[in-house]
Amino acid sequence: MALLVVEDLHKRYGKEEVLRGVSFTLERGETKVIIGPSGTGKSTLLRCINRLTEPDRGRIWLNGEEITSRRTNIYKIRAQIGFVFQDFNLFTHLTALDNVRLGLIRVKRMPRREATERAMRELARVGLADKANAYPAQLSGGQQQRVSIARALAMDPKLILFDEPTSALDPELIGEVLQVMIELAEAGMTMLVVTHEMGFARSVADEIIFMEKGVIVEQGPPEVLFTNPKVPRTAEFLRKITEFYGESS
Amino acid sequence: MTASDWQGLLKGVPSLLGGLGINLQILLGLVTLGFLVGIVIALIQVYGPRPLATLAVGYEWFFRGVPEMVLLLLIYYGLRQFHVPITPFIAAVVALGLRSSAYQSQIFRGAIQAVGSRQMMAALSVGMTRLQAIRHVILPQALRLSIPPWSNEFSSVLKDTTLASAIGVIEVFKRARFIIGRQYGLALPAFMLVALFFLVLTYMGNWILGALERRYRIPGFEAKGTGERF
Ligand SMILES: Nc1ncnc2c1ncn2[C@@H]1O[C@H](COP(=O)(O)OP(=O)(O)OP(=O)(O)O)[C@@H](O)[C@H]1O
Ligand SMILES: [Mg+2]
Repeated sequence: MALLVVEDLHKRYGKEEVLRGVSFTLERGETKVIIGPSGTGKSTLLRCINRLTEPDRGRIWLNGEEITSRRTNIYKIRAQIGFVFQDFNLFTHLTALDNVRLGLIRVKRMPRREATERAMRELARVGLADKANAYPAQLSGGQQQRVSIARALAMDPKLILFDEPTSALDPELIGEVLQVMIELAEAGMTMLVVTHEMGFARSVADEIIFMEKGVIVEQGPPEVLFTNPKVPRTAEFLRKITEFYGESS
Repeated sequence: MTASDWQGLLKGVPSLLGGLGINLQILLGLVTLGFLVGIVIALIQVYGPRPLATLAVGYEWFFRGVPEMVLLLLIYYGLRQFHVPITPFIAAVVALGLRSSAYQSQIFRGAIQAVGSRQMMAALSVGMTRLQAIRHVILPQALRLSIPPWSNEFSSVLKDTTLASAIGVIEVFKRARFIIGRQYGLALPAFMLVALFFLVLTYMGNWILGALERRYRIPGFEAKGTGERF
């Protein structure tokens, strides 16, 4: 069984049907990129996967355990799924080190010393060991996002969800975050990434999922989607987005 | 003022200071009660299930709406009526504390909402429970934001402690009136002295709260450099 299985996911907000039957799988070590127009339900999909938002219908399994079952301990599941937000969402009153360490101490109940060592290792991994004692407001956007990746990594996640991790960044800061993500993919981390960075999608993703209006329109390896998509709408969207965001990365 | 007035005033100072001690005790009690209940009410309003949250809103509305003097009398004489052996001191702490809890809950609610749901979401995403997130992420930030408005509430309840005299607590205001009763010429100086006491206490309280605010200020948010103001 795949590491992550999503089956027929539905979600509505009031009258608006945001997810209308989304199904896909993610193998261990795989990176999949989700693209699609604004308001299509990409963020909603990611939030349903660790049940920050409760789906209305459909089932999700992580490592064979059904996340959507009422009997699962959702807190245990969330600790195994990293989440990287568009605007970082670091805990503003804590230093970089404490941001990374908090989950280890409070959720994993790791002894303080061990937690500190682990957190420092993750900060070093994203190149920010020297910023351990800085507060979020003292860091650039790119640095904040790298700390938030370290925060996710520290929990030893089976999977990390990225929701437009570079969209809030100044262009010159995007590269440093993408670099960290590329290294993660190379190290075999399983990742599901919502992004407009087509260069990243092209070179790193095993598969691209094109979503529109709450359904998956088409999915496949980047080579296929970029050069020979089955659905005309996919080609049109890819052309538009590549024009708009470029392929700088 | 005659020489005997001065003498009378001087003799009255220890009694007034003793009375002020009672005011401080009431203050400590009511602020603590108001703080604890206020936080719980605020948390229920923001995170509680709908019916409970509505109840908490009603609570806030009631205790903010009833004049404190009426509340004081209501609780003291009301409980007495039902043969609850409540002392005037305890009644004052409870009445003023509950009133303050309503105001404090409004302060804390605003601060919790200012911290924002994204911080909660980030905390949940690493596997924390709601209570852990509130304890380690939301409240530490919300309490910092609460200090300036809380200073206002502090100054206000400090002065309100004199209302306890209305149900027979022998605090500083009551004692000033005793002194004046004995020596009418002391009316002005005695009240001025009481006013001075409260001015000093307000100043000290706000100084301590200001120091607390500086102590817990989150680095990176203050204006950088020396003497720069924005
Ligand atoms: N908490 C919510 N309450 C009500 N409606 C919501 C909520 N969250 C999202 N929506 C709606 O659901 C739809 C999909 O939103 P979502 O954020 O998932 O889209 P998206 O694909 O991530 O878009 P973007 O590219 O702009 O981030 C939008 O129309 C949005 O208004
Ligand atoms: Mg989104």
